[in-house]
Amino acid sequence: CFAPFLCLRPPQIRVKPDRTGVVTDGVKHSMNPFCEIAVEEAVKLKEKKLVKEVVAVSCGPQQVQETIRTALAMGADRGIHVEVSGKDYETLGPLQVSKIFAALAKKEQADLIILGKQAIDDDCNQTGQMTAALLDWPQGTFASEVTLEADKLKVVREIDGGLETIKIKLPAVVTADLRLNTPRYATLPNIMKAKKKKIVNVKPADLGVDVSSRLEVLKVDEPPQRQSGVKVETVHDLVEKLKEAGRI
Amino acid sequence: MTSPYRFCSKPLSVLRAGFQAGLRFQSTGPQASARAATAALKESLGGFSFELTDQQKEFQEVARKFAREEIVPAAPSYDKSGEYPFPLIKRAWELGLMNGHIPEDCGGMGLGIFDACLITEELAFGCTGVQTAIEANSLGQMPVIIAGNDAQKKKYLGRMTEEPLMCAYCVTEPGAGSDVAGIKTRAVKKGDEYVVNGQKMWITNGGKANWYFLLARTDPDPKCSASKAFTGFIVEADTPGVQPGRKELNMGQRCSDTRGITFEDVRIPKENVLIGEGAGFKIAMGAFDKTRPPVAAGATGLAQRALEEATKYALERKTFGKFIAEHQAVSFLLAEMAMKVELARMAYQRAAWEVDQGRRNTYYASIAKAYAGDIANQCATDAVQIFGGNGFNSEYPVEKLMRDAKIYQIYEGTAQIQRLIISREHLGKFKQ
Repeated sequence: CFAPFLCLRPPQIRVKPDRTGVVTDGVKHSMNPFCEIAVEEAVKLKEKKLVKEVVAVSCGPQQVQETIRTALAMGADRGIHVEVSGKDYETLGPLQVSKIFAALAKKEQADLIILGKQAIDDDCNQTGQMTAALLDWPQGTFASEVTLEADKLKVVREIDGGLETIKIKLPAVVTADLRLNTPRYATLPNIMKAKKKKIVNVKPADLGVDVSSRLEVLKVDEPPQRQSGVKVETVHDLVEKLKEAGRI
Repeated sequence: MTSPYRFCSKPLSVLRAGFQAGLRFQSTGPQASARAATAALKESLGGFSFELTDQQKEFQEVARKFAREEIVPAAPSYDKSGEYPFPLIKRAWELGLMNGHIPEDCGGMGLGIFDACLITEELAFGCTGVQTAIEANSLGQMPVIIAGNDAQKKKYLGRMTEEPLMCAYCVTEPGAGSDVAGIKTRAVKKGDEYVVNGQKMWITNGGKANWYFLLARTDPDPKCSASKAFTGFIVEADTPGVQPGRKELNMGQRCSDTRGITFEDVRIPKENVLIGEGAGFKIAMGAFDKTRPPVAAGATGLAQRALEEATKYALERKTFGKFIAEHQAVSFLLAEMAMKVELARMAYQRAAWEVDQGRRNTYYASIAKAYAGDIANQCATDAVQIFGGNGFNSEYPVEKLMRDAKIYQIYEGTAQIQRLIISREHLGKFKQ
């Protein structure tokens, strides 16, 4: 069981005029690249006959179904769309998503959750870790290599100092890093076959999850515009300017 | 003949109703007449849509990703070396981007022409040389798809879906291109076989094909009409007597394999005749209605590439203190390129949609091919112009576009032949 995230891949990001977030209207949404890698890893495990079934899960509004379809076209067996829309979707963060995943993992009796290490719109890097904590499952994060050894998972992790190899018991949560694999294209015949695969609709309430946020976004600002510099004639002028600016 | 107003269910009465409603409501104020106009608008828009289905969008995504990530970087070196881009073709075959028309019972996807065009435009954006090599498969297969019997379809289309094989459409000769009825390759019946002798020329995939669709003259009587004198055959490329010539060095689409082929006492079993003796001309021409829209789509893909490269450059290059895109001379060039690309796209989409609806689309297919071929050349030239001196240089991508574009006004029916067809169709409609 794994989870591709819906994410933003905008050509140019703009902050909303009321500074509560970024503009998402008309921005093409597609699968988070790290989650694509997660889907690929899951499909690979199934092809090696190490897992029985791959379920693609995503939380969000109607458009999320496209992303789930892509996962199905890549080889997932079925999909679960957890419907969260409108205001709830705007405030949906890692804690609520992890609660949803934890509830689903219990319901589906999953043995493995694979997701991207972080979503490229918010860069939170929390969902995988929180999900593992809520389930009290071991976690292998920033995975660049995953090998199944009997009932244990050997995970090679990319850390600041290099590579760390750990062994964790199943069931477990794994988050995918960039070098885990190269995601396949969805081939045209697979896209057509994916249409026959089922996507089930579920609401967070059905899973007993409250999606209200504990966080309130106060404001969102663009990074400060780079101001043009000023040329000065002499060192004396430079010192004066620096004094004026309160720098010395 | 299809009326341009086919999409409105009742065009005249809708207009009349709107008109009357407007007049009637004039006395009650502008808001009421606006409401009436909206109702009429909704009625007239009922059947027409520019929307792609989810599946079409997904197909387009895959083709676009493949073209931009794998074809674009490899194209310049294939253009320089002229090497056949088999790795790219194999990849396209693996992704299901090739052989879309092959029916499902032969292992294919049975895609319509519209879907095929969407894919073709994206691949052509990457490189029209690669795209032509792929498209030649569709052209070679089309006579079998439209006229083959079950055994022929299973045998020759089935094998294309089992491994990445190529096929070719063998009609043109050194002495006869536009004048298909003037071909001289002879097929003589001898027992259960036909013996073929002749010369074909400019055959795309000529040296790479596993089998050919061949058009040959079976009735030697010069007075026999074109509709009875020719026969269509499927020829295995390894048949003794089939001699592909050297790979021709062309102006553009250099990685595509184009050759002359000599047929010397080639024996073809009678099982490989399509439909029957004398049916060939109609089959050969019938294939074009389905293959012209994708060729138009290919030309549109090239034009789109020219537009994007030129736009990117115009927003980077500065002259007289501004980006060249801010000079009206350049922005107007870009605007006209954009106009042409959008219209060419709409033209091939209409032609493809018509034939998928089951209607004869000759008029629209010719318009699309003629227009797209012309604008591809115009946009490529304009792109070189916008690049200035750099555009003339082989380190920049646009001179290749100019060289590649030219053939779109020549193959699959020259620009002049298309005009002949369009005028004939148009006058025919008018006289009814």
